[in-house]
Amino acid sequence: MDYSFALQQLVYGLTLGCLYGLLAIGYTMVYGVLRLINFAHGDLLMVSAYVAFFGIAIFGVAWPISFIGSVLFTALLGILIDRGAYKPIRKSPRINALITAIGVSFLLENLGLVLIGGRPKSFPAPGLFSGSIVIGTVNIPELSIWVFIITLVLLVLCVLVVKRTRIGIAMRALSRDMETVTLMGIDKDRVISFTFALGSSLAAAGGIMWCMKYPALEPFMGVIPGLKAFVAAVLGGIGNITGAALGGLILGLAEVLIVAVEPDWSGYRDAIAFFLMIIILLTRPTGILGERLPD
Amino acid sequence: MKFMGGFLKVTKRRDGTLTAFSIIVLLFFLFYADQNLDSYTVRILENVAIFITLAVSYNLINGVVGQFSLAPNAFLAIGAYTSAIFTLSPEEKLRSFIIEPMLWPLSVMSFPFAISLLLAGIVTALVAVMMAMPVFRVRGDYLAIVTLGFGEVIQVLANNFLSITNGSLGLKGLYPYTNLWWAWGFCIFTVFCTVRLINSSYGRAMKAVREDEIAAEAMGINALRIKTFAFAFSAFFQGVAGGLLAHLVTTISPSLFTFMFTFNLLIIVVIGGLGSTTGSVIAAVLVTWGNEALRIFEEPSNFFGYQYEGIPGMRMILFSVILILVMLFARNGIMGRSEFSWESLLQWFRRKTPALRV
Repeated sequence: MDYSFALQQLVYGLTLGCLYGLLAIGYTMVYGVLRLINFAHGDLLMVSAYVAFFGIAIFGVAWPISFIGSVLFTALLGILIDRGAYKPIRKSPRINALITAIGVSFLLENLGLVLIGGRPKSFPAPGLFSGSIVIGTVNIPELSIWVFIITLVLLVLCVLVVKRTRIGIAMRALSRDMETVTLMGIDKDRVISFTFALGSSLAAAGGIMWCMKYPALEPFMGVIPGLKAFVAAVLGGIGNITGAALGGLILGLAEVLIVAVEPDWSGYRDAIAFFLMIIILLTRPTGILGERLPD
Repeated sequence: MKFMGGFLKVTKRRDGTLTAFSIIVLLFFLFYADQNLDSYTVRILENVAIFITLAVSYNLINGVVGQFSLAPNAFLAIGAYTSAIFTLSPEEKLRSFIIEPMLWPLSVMSFPFAISLLLAGIVTALVAVMMAMPVFRVRGDYLAIVTLGFGEVIQVLANNFLSITNGSLGLKGLYPYTNLWWAWGFCIFTVFCTVRLINSSYGRAMKAVREDEIAAEAMGINALRIKTFAFAFSAFFQGVAGGLLAHLVTTISPSLFTFMFTFNLLIIVVIGGLGSTTGSVIAAVLVTWGNEALRIFEEPSNFFGYQYEGIPGMRMILFSVILILVMLFARNGIMGRSEFSWESLLQWFRRKTPALRV
């Protein structure tokens, strides 16, 4: 494999990894606090992509407004899903919450299918993100640079929020011991809503960039990225934000590089995450940066 | 005590007689249906039987052991492919594997339908054991995501193992072995086995694991083994059901086994009441029939819900809303965790007709 080809693949892998990472952070935060696999998380990616698409293509809004609107809408939807579907059954067995989560996910997908239709729509990426820089023989799409910068900024922000702010401290406390935290006079529903809002807006940021990179919007586009992002979250250590980003990067790089080295395996690309998951569960179930979470 | 023992023996014999009698009535009905009803209705009846089989075995892992699995579509796929590969004749295999010839020992093998079904069940159960080993070592939660991922992966594998599955072309020209007798025969067998299992000491161990795993382990139950066993047990029946389904639709391809199957089954076990076999049976009939009846909301020509003009997905919206609402407001479903028994039915009759002493 020649040098520039390797670098080129590295760029692609990093971009994909950043997108997985953004999605994985939301998974990991919700799981950390509630011990709930929020199956609807991947579908939030789809919703955000559609909202941004409608903003630009149908209503003709300038793209920054459309993007911000999409992030806000998705955050609100995240809170709404929690309040409507998860909050009423917080005390019942965990399997009920998981079933509800699957129901919400399926509802979002099929609402998309019925309201918008199954035909893939192409996303009009703004000019700012569509060029590319050529260094030597390596072609770096400007979008990749943006993805990398935005992911880094959001990751740092997220870590700061969780480590430094009062609500972040409440989040971490909640993931340790929900009852004691409530006794300390903390409104746990407010903290959980904040967690959902934060996770969902990250998913939205990821979703918008995802559909600029892979500009085919369809109602089921969030399923596979959502699954892989969960694997990334487990790989990095569930409950750990930096770990989720790291897991996303590893998964993205693995997918791109394995196919680059062995093009015959391109058909199995979607299976890589699954086998990675099995390997983690067999060898280090707590993930790379993870520690054992209390039940 | 002696009196109680005698009483139990009598009720047991009475229950046995009643069960045998109702099965005979069912068989007569099937005989009538086979002779007189049109092929569409017969097809629905066959579907109902397969879905009862699937729902009862799915309920075992989700409701009785309390582990959230999303694997049925993958298990169906494995069962369908395994049995289809073993029933196709060597000439047929030579003809349909046009991209890549079939792997050698498989290409010349051909078995009777029953043996292929048995193999389908065994292979599926083995896959389940392999999947259970990494998953059940950690929290049961991961089972959901691993099985969901497995459902996607199995499609990827079926698309890519050309020399075994014929890729996206799928396997065509299967002989339609599955008739009412196969479907309902196996359905009754599944219900029988599952009920016997749930009422055995294994079944009680499963319920203990569902209620409190740590307490169950403290009582000497090997939770890992119980969970793995239940998962493999339900996989066996789902695998065989996959084989039956394959020989009902006669053409299988990777895109047939979407998550839609799993979702339908989830609806069934939730509506029926998680943990109740009776509930699963009732809900399987209701939902399978409802699925047909609600077809008017979509186009008449569609089959599994996707890929059509008009408004496909309407039924699925309805079903997901029902699922969420049942989960939020009517968590017990139809039956809760109670089961059907002749005694309670007779009690009910006695209350309704006090004059008549049954």
